[in-house]
Amino acid sequence: MLKQRKALSVPYYLWIALFVIAPVFLLLYQSFQNIDGSFSLANIQTYFTSTVYLTMTLQSFLYAFVITVVALLISYPAAYFLTRAKNKQLWLLVLILPTWINILLKTYAFIGILSQTGAVNQFFEFIGLGTQPLLFTRLGFIIVATYIEIPFMLLPIFNAIDEIDDSMVFASRDLGANEWDTFRSVIFPMSMSGVRSGVQAVFIPSLSLFMLTRLIAGNRVVTLGTAIEQHFLVTQNWGMGSTMGIVLIIIMFVVMFLTGKRRKGGQRG
Amino acid sequence: MIKNNKASTMYLLIVFILLYAPIAYLIYYSFNAGGTMNQFTGFTWEHYQSLASDTRLITIALDTLRVALLSALAATIIGTLGAIGIYYAKLRRTQTILLSLNNILLASPDVIIGASFLLLFTLVGFRLGFYSVLLSHIAFSIPIVVLMVLPRLEEMNTNMLTAARDLGASQLQVLKEIILPSITPGILAGFFMAFTYSIDDFAVTFFVTGNGFATLSVEIYSRARQGVSLEINALSTLLFLVAMGIVVGYYFIQKQQRQRKKTAQIDPTNHEKAVTP
Repeated sequence: MLKQRKALSVPYYLWIALFVIAPVFLLLYQSFQNIDGSFSLANIQTYFTSTVYLTMTLQSFLYAFVITVVALLISYPAAYFLTRAKNKQLWLLVLILPTWINILLKTYAFIGILSQTGAVNQFFEFIGLGTQPLLFTRLGFIIVATYIEIPFMLLPIFNAIDEIDDSMVFASRDLGANEWDTFRSVIFPMSMSGVRSGVQAVFIPSLSLFMLTRLIAGNRVVTLGTAIEQHFLVTQNWGMGSTMGIVLIIIMFVVMFLTGKRRKGGQRG
Repeated sequence: MIKNNKASTMYLLIVFILLYAPIAYLIYYSFNAGGTMNQFTGFTWEHYQSLASDTRLITIALDTLRVALLSALAATIIGTLGAIGIYYAKLRRTQTILLSLNNILLASPDVIIGASFLLLFTLVGFRLGFYSVLLSHIAFSIPIVVLMVLPRLEEMNTNMLTAARDLGASQLQVLKEIILPSITPGILAGFFMAFTYSIDDFAVTFFVTGNGFATLSVEIYSRARQGVSLEINALSTLLFLVAMGIVVGYYFIQKQQRQRKKTAQIDPTNHEKAVTP
């Protein structure tokens, strides 16, 4: 009887072995191979001694950082105001809905909006700034990536603020704190868990958005994701691609560790 | 409750406009007779007509739907059984390990998933095409199904299971008559999420698709690389309407379920709910 039940979960365990554990080891194995297929540390050596790879990684990191910070600055006030809006669930749904639209279509829209004669430049002409290059620039990449990531930042922050008990806010007001004090010493500290998951949800994908860099930034921006895609699908240097994949995984774990749940602090559970 | 003042409502409105402006822009120019995305010269349905006669794109759309339905179905079955496996795992440590393994793919960037699956398919000599895309979509959809089903299992009233066993039900009967009915909402939510994951995926598909097979995302990418074509605008209008429909439908199903749950809480015969506040 018990065996029957266990047998039902076998496909799931097979999935774990084949599609979760095996791929990670394949990536590791591949990164220890040079281009003719024998074992070597060449890839890792090249990666850590070549200024090209190291600057690329650093730049990718900086882009992701800027995107995360801008997304946070825009989303936090929005999430805060959202929790106090009349129909907050409906508002939330409306602000989250753009994530349900294919990312490539949203990116494609910006090819029109940011182009030489697009909407933004028409506006710049109108207010007398003149036409600015936006498409195929770093700024264009940051704008589009931030646009795409905002809802992913907004949702966890909204949830964190929304979970704060109203009586906390009222207590603080009763005790004489004004709105700003209440925000600074009650709401903001208690919403940090949401900020952390938002940062996690935005930073890691920002390192790997290769289609954005290709469509919006031309070849001006190379992120880790772009480089990995290029090594796997264009230059066919899978060893080096895997090495960068491992680097990306390590960065991912570091970010997850830094933004992970902390046991200490005001919140329980 | 503190209400918003004018300034904060304005801020929300601005964010709303910023988020929707690009989508509105796409839809607006899908009716442009001018053929570009910046000078509106006149209204036309022409791009929708060319969309309707683009057999290549229609085939690709149907393929995308086929992959999404099949992968969501398979992922739901495997994921649900996996969640039941995790639920019954005896040691707490085993549960934690299984769950962390489960969540690896959810946290990994698409590029890593795509690249490592490509390595896997190449190693075993699997031909890239429809089946490699299907298998990859099943693989990255399973963890979300598990996450949707597991909370329902944990909410389940364990007394029901013991009672059924006492009354002589076999393991399979317990599964069929008690476990499955009580986790159905989780299973449906899992299927729904798996379906949308598959429809929206670009990066993983791009790595494992080879030459002969394309999904809508991959096709849009290769067309967008060649520049603006208002047929894509027409397509995005249609996809936007579909997405709206799905989300609104989902919202109402959830709302209904929330209401049903409330009535259960008032039910005085349900002791467990009455005792725990």
